[in-house]
Amino acid sequence: MSYFLRKLGFYLMALWAALTLNFAIPRLLPGNPVDILVAKLQQRGGSVSPDAREAYAALLGGDTDEPLWSQYVHYLGNLLHGDLGVSVSYYPASVTEVIGTSMPWTIVLVGLSTVIAAGLGVLLGAIVGWKPGTWLDSLVPATTLLSAVPYFWLALLLVYVFATVLHWFPVQGGYDLALTPGWDPEFIASAVRYGFLPALTIVLASVGGWLLGMRNMMVSTLSEDYVLTAQAKGLAPRTVLRSYAARNAALPSIAGFAISLGFVVSGSVITEQVFSYPGIGSRLLGAVSNNDYALMQGLFLYITLAVLGANLVVDLLYGFIDPRTRARS
Amino acid sequence: MTSIPGGGAPLTESADPAPDLGTAAIRTAEDDSARGSARPPVPGWRSLLPTMTPWLGVGLGLVGAVVLLGTVGPLLVGDPIAIRDQGLTPPSAEFLLGTTQTGQDVFAQLAHATRSSLEIGLIVGVLATALSAFFGIYGAYRGGFADELFSLLSNVFLVIPGLPLVIVIAGFVPREARGLWSIAVVLALTSWAASARVLRAQTLSVRNRDYVFAAKVAGEPSWRVIVVEILPNLLPVVASQFVFSIVAAVLAEAGLSFIGLGASNSLTLGTMLFSAQNGYALSMGAWWWFIPPGLVIALLGMGLSLVNFTIDEIINPKLKNARLHRKRALRAAALERQLTRRHRVAAPASASTVDAVREETVR
Repeated sequence: MSYFLRKLGFYLMALWAALTLNFAIPRLLPGNPVDILVAKLQQRGGSVSPDAREAYAALLGGDTDEPLWSQYVHYLGNLLHGDLGVSVSYYPASVTEVIGTSMPWTIVLVGLSTVIAAGLGVLLGAIVGWKPGTWLDSLVPATTLLSAVPYFWLALLLVYVFATVLHWFPVQGGYDLALTPGWDPEFIASAVRYGFLPALTIVLASVGGWLLGMRNMMVSTLSEDYVLTAQAKGLAPRTVLRSYAARNAALPSIAGFAISLGFVVSGSVITEQVFSYPGIGSRLLGAVSNNDYALMQGLFLYITLAVLGANLVVDLLYGFIDPRTRARS
Repeated sequence: MTSIPGGGAPLTESADPAPDLGTAAIRTAEDDSARGSARPPVPGWRSLLPTMTPWLGVGLGLVGAVVLLGTVGPLLVGDPIAIRDQGLTPPSAEFLLGTTQTGQDVFAQLAHATRSSLEIGLIVGVLATALSAFFGIYGAYRGGFADELFSLLSNVFLVIPGLPLVIVIAGFVPREARGLWSIAVVLALTSWAASARVLRAQTLSVRNRDYVFAAKVAGEPSWRVIVVEILPNLLPVVASQFVFSIVAAVLAEAGLSFIGLGASNSLTLGTMLFSAQNGYALSMGAWWWFIPPGLVIALLGMGLSLVNFTIDEIINPKLKNARLHRKRALRAAALERQLTRRHRVAAPASASTVDAVREETVR
């Protein structure tokens, strides 16, 4: 039990650190975001009440005489109420609404492609690492090319080949704009068609890392005594591979999920921009170019929250998969 | 790439004389076991150097080519930002990689951009490695509260997604204030955590060795214990993390520049891709504009990762053993084939020799 409590405590701590970073960044950096925001709002025809200005100031700092700690308390209080302010670029929608409409797109895209990439990579890595020395294994270093390719450049290439030249897939967007979003088969089919290239980008760019990690662990695991014992018992090679070697070799890949997920999310933010995908990434970049600070911060918070949540789930699962981690703590 | 050990590694593996199959195939079985003692002893320091493998050769070649492009290239090409009235011309003798929409020489841009990207990569690599060494090695060496704190800090930084954080920071900084150094510092601050965790784990295992205790008992100051006793053991790990952070930095900078948040007034590979994307290179089919910059990044990254492979083999000898074992197995299999063929042709198959060889290879 203490293992789970410790993990929970750690992620709460990480969440608090992210919140505090979010609070500190606009206050530490030069410029006065509140003025820019208010000016933008007025351009858009929004009347800026003193209340709204105060809410922005609580979020971003700036023109108040409040001491820092009370600003901090105010900020945390607003967050607890789920009040992230009003988006300037999508005025009059609130930040939470904008995030609510774009979050599912990214979660499905990144989630699905990460799971596919991890599954594929671990599977291939296990097969390749099982017999180090075959011609297949000597090709493994070539996968570094895939992991060294910038996500967005790969995306550009895929768009060029499959959309511009071959016209197999649409160039950009998340779904056919003639359709209304909903759970009908027509819309889902369109979303799959539009999401194929972005997903392919993420899978291609991240599968190499999983493969390599798994392959190296597999090679190390093969020299363990329990693998030798299993072979000496005369078990079928397939059984040894699956139940003895691969099972143990996969543990670090699962434990390393945190690091990979961070990379994938970072990569997908820019990938979405290439495809103008209606997810979090494009919104974040749009917010940056429009100086929509409130939306920017809200998005960062939600991205962090999603990554932390995914990691917490993986960590808790890991405690079940590998009882040693629970015993140690 | 000065810190990578063994740029010109002695070819210990391939210098191994290939068994002379033509003359006396039967001899080799006994020979193989005898050769271990017949070979002059390898000096100890040599075992630290990586062995030359084809992939290491490819890696060093790629890195060398990109570095050459970034260092010598800018001296040989013309002005990268000069505008001509030959927009979007495909590669020709005059413009090796064609021109951009505004008639700028793509190859000239590529050379200059490679230089800036390498610069950023190196700066971030050094900064991030220094940070991770401090938090990883020093924390683990002190132990106790400092270790707990540093380890918590690096774990927190590890789970907070780096690029979104960098984007938010860059979004708050006005465009004019975004210089090369500020971008480098931000990238370093958000990318040291993974290395620090690796270094911490290694330091924890080195810290409790006898010679470290001996140095402490002898009254050596802690900086000396760390630098002289502990650090040399971590060098391969540090080198590997350094190489890795260069790759990560070049990639991250390219991403930032591609979305228009890079250093202002700089020309990097990411900026090139940014202008290619905004200049409709894609829909105009100007492949010569958007393919080369990404390719340079990918090849540099691949080269450095391949170099890292070799460093990994130093850190984890099991990987190297697997490779050597495979090599011996392949050689033995070839020998065996050769033997059976010879026997089939020359004399009635003598099962005993084949078996002897097979036994040798199994061992």
